[in-house]
Amino acid sequence: MSAIVVTKENFEEIKNSEKTVLLDFYADWCGPCRMVAPIVAQIAEECPQYTVGKINVDDQPELAQQFGVVSIPTLVVMKGGEVVTQSAGARPKAQILAMLEG
Amino acid sequence: MSRIYDTVVIGGGPAGYTAALYAARARLSVLVLERMAAGGQMTLTGEIENYPGIASIDGFTLGMQMQERAEHFGAVTEYTEVTAVDLAADPKRIDTWSGEFYGKTVIIATGADPRRLGLAEEEDLVGRGVHYCAHCDGRFYKDKTVLLVGGGNSAAADALYLSRVVRKVILVHRRDTLRATKIYHEPLMQAENVEFCWNSRVAQILSDKTVTGAILENTQTGEQTEVACDGVFISIGRQPATAFLQGQVALDDAGYIVAGETTETNVPGVFAAGDVRTKSLRQVVTAAADGAVAADMAEKYL
Repeated sequence: MSAIVVTKENFEEIKNSEKTVLLDFYADWCGPCRMVAPIVAQIAEECPQYTVGKINVDDQPELAQQFGVVSIPTLVVMKGGEVVTQSAGARPKAQILAMLEG
Repeated sequence: MSRIYDTVVIGGGPAGYTAALYAARARLSVLVLERMAAGGQMTLTGEIENYPGIASIDGFTLGMQMQERAEHFGAVTEYTEVTAVDLAADPKRIDTWSGEFYGKTVIIATGADPRRLGLAEEEDLVGRGVHYCAHCDGRFYKDKTVLLVGGGNSAAADALYLSRVVRKVILVHRRDTLRATKIYHEPLMQAENVEFCWNSRVAQILSDKTVTGAILENTQTGEQTEVACDGVFISIGRQPATAFLQGQVALDDAGYIVAGETTETNVPGVFAAGDVRTKSLRQVVTAAADGAVAADMAEKYL
């Protein structure tokens, strides 16, 4: 499936997913975000074992603030409702997969 | 799938995809190895207004279009990171996360990355107040004060951009005047929310979870002063992405591949195109020009 559009309305549900969660904080106007977007989309398609969500920081400033996001893209891995890894900047696919597996 | 190509291009920025375009149109088999996505450094640029014939375009879109055109003529892209090369081998071997690839010729177009200040705390604070892309992250500092480190063209452009989106910009530069071309000076000097700290370098970035300030050192007197700020934007130039080439091809002291306008390196059949090469002007258009030359040289070599 494709990456879920995360809003403050569905965030609790995503966060408490039984699967490991990958969140991609992005904005439409940010070049590196647009680099990482297709990679995140691929992971969503190819890896049903993960819940993959994307969060537009312009539309969801509260969520961005909640995670202390000041750089985009920011990629967050959550397990059991807790943040395991949070990393700023675009990453190649292999590195994102390693974050999810780690 | 055969993993031997006439030309393997390392890096998918304007140099790489122009090389791929020209090589593919010359009927060579071409593989582009790209770490993340097409475009390279220009994806960080919101607006490119000096690419001939195009009024204005964002770097990401231009990168995608260059890739699309090269692939239209038969170039193939593999998204992977190069870990090591053996350029003396025949064919030349390129090790990547997705296995080995071979090229009868290799065009290196890996470009450059933002240069770090080199402070111990710097890497750890990336994403928590230390930034290398003003256009990406400036907007998060709307009502805040930020430091902008640097004095060249990119720094001046970044400072000007930041002055429009943040409350206050403190420009820190190690000289007593900007190195940037004159076109930037006046608007910067006129911006009411830009303060200048001349003859200064950042000695330390202060943080409490996120950045809270910095200690500046006067380059003349050595005197240290503390300034409060919420973010530090670093714009002190680029460093070439050539770490994986150590011992394989001649590099200059700054790490750039030694190659002239023909793009030929000291290794036969290996060419260097774009920002990664020793050259005087690093622009999208000069990178593209290098790509065309490199592809032509590769064709002649074959």
